[in-house]
Amino acid sequence: MMSIAVAKTEKADVAGANFASIVASQPGAGKVADARREAFDEFQRIGLPHRRIEEWKYTDLRALMREVLPVAPTPDAAALARAEAAVKLHAIDGVRRLVLVDGALAVALSDLSALEAGLSIRSLRETLDAGDDRLLSLDTGNPMTALNTALMTDGVVIDVADGAKLAKPLHIVHIASGGAPAAMFTRSLVSLGKESAATVVESFVAGEGAGVYQVHDTAVMTVGDRARLDHVRLIEDSRDAFNIASAEVRVGAHAHYSVAGVTTGALVSRYQLVVNIAGEYARVETNGVNLLNGKQHADTTLVMNHDVPHCVSREGFRAVVDDRGHSVFQGRINVRQPAQQTDAKMMTRALLLSDEAEADNKPELEIFADDVTCGHGAAIGALDDQLLFYLRARGLAEKEAEALLIQAFVGEAIEAIADDNLRELAIAAATRWLEARR
Amino acid sequence: MSALLEVKNLQVSVGDREILHGLTLSVNPGEVHAIMGPNGSGKSTLSHVIAGKPGYDVTGGQILFKGEDLLEMAPDVRAAKGVFLAFQYPVEIPGVATMTFLRTALNAQRKARGEAEFSTPDFLKRVREVAASLNIPQEMLKRGVNVGFSGGEKKRNEVLQMALFQPSLCILDEMDSGLDIDALRVASEGVNALRTPDRAMVVITHYQRLLDYIVPDHVHVMSKGKVVKSGGKELALELEANGYAQYQEAAA
Repeated sequence: MMSIAVAKTEKADVAGANFASIVASQPGAGKVADARREAFDEFQRIGLPHRRIEEWKYTDLRALMREVLPVAPTPDAAALARAEAAVKLHAIDGVRRLVLVDGALAVALSDLSALEAGLSIRSLRETLDAGDDRLLSLDTGNPMTALNTALMTDGVVIDVADGAKLAKPLHIVHIASGGAPAAMFTRSLVSLGKESAATVVESFVAGEGAGVYQVHDTAVMTVGDRARLDHVRLIEDSRDAFNIASAEVRVGAHAHYSVAGVTTGALVSRYQLVVNIAGEYARVETNGVNLLNGKQHADTTLVMNHDVPHCVSREGFRAVVDDRGHSVFQGRINVRQPAQQTDAKMMTRALLLSDEAEADNKPELEIFADDVTCGHGAAIGALDDQLLFYLRARGLAEKEAEALLIQAFVGEAIEAIADDNLRELAIAAATRWLEARR
Repeated sequence: MSALLEVKNLQVSVGDREILHGLTLSVNPGEVHAIMGPNGSGKSTLSHVIAGKPGYDVTGGQILFKGEDLLEMAPDVRAAKGVFLAFQYPVEIPGVATMTFLRTALNAQRKARGEAEFSTPDFLKRVREVAASLNIPQEMLKRGVNVGFSGGEKKRNEVLQMALFQPSLCILDEMDSGLDIDALRVASEGVNALRTPDRAMVVITHYQRLLDYIVPDHVHVMSKGKVVKSGGKELALELEANGYAQYQEAAA
């Protein structure tokens, strides 16, 4: 294992002294190295975020995560072999697969040949070495993003040229190969030129034997004018893993961005998505489902920034929580003064299947424009006894009746995924969770 | 001939309030029994207890179905054994397509009885035949269960299930409520088509009108949680003419 610092819970334990040795082994020099140092200082000032920081009130990483694990070593042949087996298990037909093993792009497991016209795929490592500024644009106000900036090792940098419409979805698979407990720091970039179109699926999975590990992932996405990006996230990490991710998406004029996430894995996960709607007549749809049991904790935090007029945003989020699971949804819609004629709606619903299950919904609207249509709704409840009895009176056993109703609850959110194959994929992830529950 | 359904001295409470105070009813295969009575007489409670709806305390008596203790069985076990309740107010289940629901339910019942599940083509063929006989358009079967259905469509969907599941005991709880005369006729024809020598029906209704379409062999008048009078189909006509007042006094 590489000699690296372990950033611990208490600020005093963040081993800044060893930072020079970590940064030296990470890609990028000059501006990149400066940014890493600044970001690490930023992280050190706050340490792991805790409940007294408003945005982290429901996800106290200082209590849940306690420490940042050492950076994972570059995967060796054995790690790549374990990862290959996991890739086969989670393979999707008809996609271009890009595999990150323990946070490093595994070229041998990735499909980088015969790229369509207008598609460019590079590793983060080579891009940072070339000094690409776009990768440093993330807001460092979030300590976990700052930590990621400081330690990012690798990732994929995808550029789609103006007018290029990718027929094959891109499937980015993050795999923990199952070595010693470690942390992966990845950053990816997806940039769609004007009038282009792409579908990006991100899967987070565990190789055989992978238990305790940490995913620290960030993404920077740009959807050019009149472009369309369909984005799917599937969190199927090990039940002992942490997955802390954040993304910033910039959406241009007349562009369409849709994202749908299904979280069934990881012990603790958080996805913080900031969407900056920067061009008029853009449309953004975000959908998510958390399916949790045991002691799983999943936090979805969305910030929708309407900065320009005539844009539409739709946020739909659902959670199914069993046992002592805990689902968090924080949704904030900011409508700035110039963003007249904004049409923004947010709906969140949680289904609690046990007395100890918890769901926290925090919708926030901040509106400075006076000619807008904005709304939000939140509902938390149990399965409807009347519906359960109807199904049981028709011959369905208790668990079967519950499963059908949960499937329906989840399905309403997943149906928003436009692509048939991706929708099936999301349904399959949810079905696996339901079948494990029976 | 042994009775299909035997309700013996049934006493049922909800919370502290006793609703059925010793109800007795015996239904043989092939028979259609009508249970009539004013609101609050306990008709719907009886249907719910037979189907196994939670929330009712059976404090005395028993229910035998084909000689077995029905009250010991979970609702889904009762369904698999052949008990079918056509709900007064069928629920809407958004997100569950009617077709998926029908197939899941039918196969769950068949599996519980140790029978082979229907293959998809066989199942589709059966549903189409039954749906056509009830004037249920295919498009309705693709929608969520009862979602956006009219009152008449919901009741026809209940009859569709009855025809598909082929239960041996059908309990129709206020099937006429919310139906206009045309819808009532279509639903009743569907029910009548299911009358066979080995299937029994218990038709619960407030009004005699339904019994013009589904003609009963026996009529029972319920009041205040008991059967206060039993007779033939002419009893329904007498009730229509004279009302329930005399029976409410009798039960008091």
